[in-house]
Amino acid sequence: MDSLIVAVVHRTLVAGTPLLLGTLGEIVTERAGILNLGVEGMMAVGAVSAFTTTFVTGSILLGVLVAIAAGTFLSLIHAFVSVTLKANQVVSGLALVMFGLGLSGLWGKSFIGTPLPTRVHDLKIPLLGNVPYIGKMFFHQDPFLYVAVILGVVFWFGLAHTRCGIVIRSVGESPAASESQGINVSLVQYLSTMIGGALAGLAGAHLSLSYSRAWAEGMTGGRGWIVIALTIFALWNPLRAYLGAFLFGGIFVLQYLLQPLGIPPNILGMLPYLITLMVLVIAVIGKDARRHAAPAMLGEPYLGGEG
Amino acid sequence: MIGITKTFGNVIANRDINLQVEAGEILGLLGENGAGKTTLMNIVYGLYRPDSGAIKINGKPVSLSSPAHAMAQGIGMVHQHFKLIQNHTVLENIALGYKDAPFLFPTRKVADDLRRLQENYGLEINPDVYVWQLSAGEQQRVEILKALFRGADLLILDEPTSVLTPQEAQGLFRTLSRLASEGHSVIFISHKLDEVLSICNRVTVLRHGQVVGTKDTARVDKRELARMMVGREILFDLKRKDVKKGGVVLEVQGLHVNNDRGLTSVSDVSFDIKAGEIFGIAGVSGNGQQELVEALTGLRPIDSGQILVNGRDISRASPYTINAMGVSHIPEERIKFGTAPSLAIFENAVLKQHGNRAFSGRLFLDFASIKEHAKRIVSNFKVRTPSIDVPVRTLSGGNIQKLILGREISGKPSLLIASHPTYGLDVGATQYIRSQILQLREKSVAVLLISEDLEELVELCDRIAVMFKGKIMGIVAREDLNLEHIGLMMTGSHARSACEAGK
Amino acid sequence: MNWRVKVERRVSYPRFFPTVVLLFSLLGGFVLIGLLFLISHVNPLFALWKIFSGSFGSLYGITETITKAIPLILIGSGLALVFRAKFWNIGAEGQLLIGAIFAGYVALNLGPKLPFYVIVPLMFVAGFIGGALWALPTVILKLRLNVNEVISTLMLNYIAAELLNFLITGPWKGKTQMGFPYTDDFPHSAVLSVVPGTRIHLVTLCLALLFAFALFIMVYYTRFGYELRVTGDNPDAARYAGIDFMKVTLIMMIISGGVAGIAGVGEVAGIHHHLSYPSSISSGYGYTAIIVAWLAKLNPLLTILSGLFFAGIVVGGDAIQVSLGLPAATVQIFNGILLFSLIMGDYFLNHRVKLVVREAP
Repeated sequence: MDSLIVAVVHRTLVAGTPLLLGTLGEIVTERAGILNLGVEGMMAVGAVSAFTTTFVTGSILLGVLVAIAAGTFLSLIHAFVSVTLKANQVVSGLALVMFGLGLSGLWGKSFIGTPLPTRVHDLKIPLLGNVPYIGKMFFHQDPFLYVAVILGVVFWFGLAHTRCGIVIRSVGESPAASESQGINVSLVQYLSTMIGGALAGLAGAHLSLSYSRAWAEGMTGGRGWIVIALTIFALWNPLRAYLGAFLFGGIFVLQYLLQPLGIPPNILGMLPYLITLMVLVIAVIGKDARRHAAPAMLGEPYLGGEG
Repeated sequence: MIGITKTFGNVIANRDINLQVEAGEILGLLGENGAGKTTLMNIVYGLYRPDSGAIKINGKPVSLSSPAHAMAQGIGMVHQHFKLIQNHTVLENIALGYKDAPFLFPTRKVADDLRRLQENYGLEINPDVYVWQLSAGEQQRVEILKALFRGADLLILDEPTSVLTPQEAQGLFRTLSRLASEGHSVIFISHKLDEVLSICNRVTVLRHGQVVGTKDTARVDKRELARMMVGREILFDLKRKDVKKGGVVLEVQGLHVNNDRGLTSVSDVSFDIKAGEIFGIAGVSGNGQQELVEALTGLRPIDSGQILVNGRDISRASPYTINAMGVSHIPEERIKFGTAPSLAIFENAVLKQHGNRAFSGRLFLDFASIKEHAKRIVSNFKVRTPSIDVPVRTLSGGNIQKLILGREISGKPSLLIASHPTYGLDVGATQYIRSQILQLREKSVAVLLISEDLEELVELCDRIAVMFKGKIMGIVAREDLNLEHIGLMMTGSHARSACEAGK
Repeated sequence: MNWRVKVERRVSYPRFFPTVVLLFSLLGGFVLIGLLFLISHVNPLFALWKIFSGSFGSLYGITETITKAIPLILIGSGLALVFRAKFWNIGAEGQLLIGAIFAGYVALNLGPKLPFYVIVPLMFVAGFIGGALWALPTVILKLRLNVNEVISTLMLNYIAAELLNFLITGPWKGKTQMGFPYTDDFPHSAVLSVVPGTRIHLVTLCLALLFAFALFIMVYYTRFGYELRVTGDNPDAARYAGIDFMKVTLIMMIISGGVAGIAGVGEVAGIHHHLSYPSSISSGYGYTAIIVAWLAKLNPLLTILSGLFFAGIVVGGDAIQVSLGLPAATVQIFNGILLFSLIMGDYFLNHRVKLVVREAP
């Protein structure tokens, strides 16, 4: 029983890792006012590029880097369309999902079913990793998890207490005010979107290199969309993202746990999506509207400047 | 100390403009809406680039390619619509984009420097407060502090008094005088002749993008400035006939309305308006006027109280019903609320009335009669447009307002609610709308006029009520008008104590 | 001499301009697709030719294209409606499946006992109701609780797919299907007749054309359509005009969900004759229809044209899948690229881009 708890917690944290990574990235993007719905596509491309690169070169690090680059590149397209062309961000994001999913399907075609030769090993933190139970749960873990946790803290601090953070938040609240203070609104939005893309790519890399170690079409399974819901749930605050991501990680694990109970697998399969809906509802109820609202100009193309 | 010269030539909005400001002087920039004042100043602030011409600061030519650049050169601007981030604190707003702020915990250093600055200029503001919690006057002070913080020697203010009470305006003038005496230069953009004459040393008048002339304010009068602004004699008095008032059209009793956040914004308001009477509501925006109008037009539910139109209770009626009962409404932000910009003019002409039997059957719209109606409005109200099929957004602000006015009036209302109807319009359109409202009065229509422009209220209204924090501070009849009194009420001093203070 | 790119807002444009821009955008999209082929070591011209000949070059191709266009036109015209009000219904896929499920229930349980002229209309009505019911909650969630409709409609897609999977492997598992995860075949009366020699199920085709036309009339000529257009153009003005947001959005989504449901009925009753995996009933029609609607500039009547166009791409995509060994997902790439091209083309519609050369001062 004890080892079951340990395994469940361990697995929950791992399952929540790509969600945390994706959410952190999307938080930064949306804080700057850009709505990027293309996370599912960027994640898929991240997953396939990481897998194929690692398969071909044998290097996990290279796979991760390529995944980050791929995600960033895709987000650049969205940034161009949304910031420079000032087009409809919803439609652009949807196009990105289609493009990303299709591209990943094409790219990964010949790799379906072949397992990865190299493994991502759990990283054990000296000393802490030896603590019974807790050590196994938290400190003998997937390296991606450590990266995600650290990034979360960095992003939280960055947004709240640095100059960079004020700039990003101001651009999302009021591009007009920011521009009149000499901020290059376009640049900030481009960079924020690209950060989102990089993290989505990284999340995808985790999926194919660590979480499942194989490539299958559609392996992102809607996680990109869950990320977008989690961003709202987190009220655009990196610290709350932890809560949402690991809650969801738990749900994925729960699916497996409940199977032996005789509940039809398909009903269990609905669980993540149903809970996403509930999460969205809960996020809105009873919140101090002003302090926890979305960035004021989220999704609105900024039409100011030379006119 | 600092002498600033600017010369430019510019085609589209500003034509070949030469402008000069000295150190320690307050220069007024006067002109109608659309004369090119804001464009000119946006060029100085680096938001736009001139097609031709040059700018010199202290005799040295500079090229201002961005606001950051302009700020570096010592130019600061306080826009008419504040460019502040409502959800951030004052400190965060001032720290935004500040080059010398440290990367980590930037607000701390800014707080120290800010305190020093505040002491120097006497502009008191609590830096940890969120901007949305501040009044308009206080927000303006934040804008000024923002500019001074960046080391502005030249301060440009665009229509600064449009959101201030008379008292707050006085406070602003005191601040500006102090800035000037410390050697700063100020450009004061306005279309209000009285203000310009009172605070500025010199004034430059723009018309249709060109400089008409520059005069010392000591040596020019209101009429001459007006003539320079418009190019013809402006009559300041609209003809006002004696009109016999009819029965009560609108009756409001004990109205309580809440705003979006559930806070009381209209508190125990009661008044009535008779046919043939223009009833004005004065007061700085944000004191409940918007919520009052929304309650009267059915756009907002009321908490308690009663609203009667021609004796019938409309307290819980829908906008459609209220409109059908003869209540017309000219909305506050005309483009935002009054039109569907991409739809054609004829489609906008029946925005509220599209359900009427005259314009549609059970399912289908009757295009023929709608277009007829639209054509009539366009010709009667002199809306300048090539055809009624073009999208409404191609019209100028003044023409859009005329269209809306025409649409609302043509329904032969018994009550017209007009919210800031002449805001942002040029003198010609403003005079037109005002005369139309007076004409309605002669036709025994009751008019509720909400405006921040005291001049307008004084010109048109039979009675004026002042709203402050959701309450009516007092109702003054035309014969007993006292501007200072009204100004005091606008800031919350109760009528009686104001009178006593005056004695 | 120095130069810079100057971009101005376009105030007005001649009436043919949007069409020209559209054609150029599509052309640009195909160029990009061609580039993609080039990178994949496939001759782009050959591939593009194969796509078009696959869909329009033979009788079989044309009929297949029409068959695939039916659901696209149906769903597309419904989406044209809701997108006008900026209600992003990404859930057409799920609404289609639920419509199919409802029709399946009717067919399997009532089919054997009733003649076709009762069953067929009943199936379609059931499908409409199913799709509409699946769409309704998202409206209430959006309008009362401000829940993002992109996510809510999308989540319902996944849930609908799982529901279908559950039914075909569980309670509705066919007894005559030799272990395949299908329901039993629909009884003869519940099968839609097709044009002989093709897979074109006539009834649904007629419904599609009818709806496209009817919705077109509704948007431009009725009171409700007027209210819809005002709501989409300026929600504040709609409020001011006393237009009931809730009512307008509800009706729109009922229609949109309903037509998607009808599309689902058509697919199962006209082509497959049983319920099976979500991905075999609908190869992403709900998503492709988004582009169909966008290409039609949200004009329901034009979805007939854009529906045929995209059906052609789907059929052509199948063709090259076989001949070039590319996976099914390839069509998604095309869709994405074409959608991007359309968006970018819109930019040129609204802005004039000039190259300005200036003499150095």
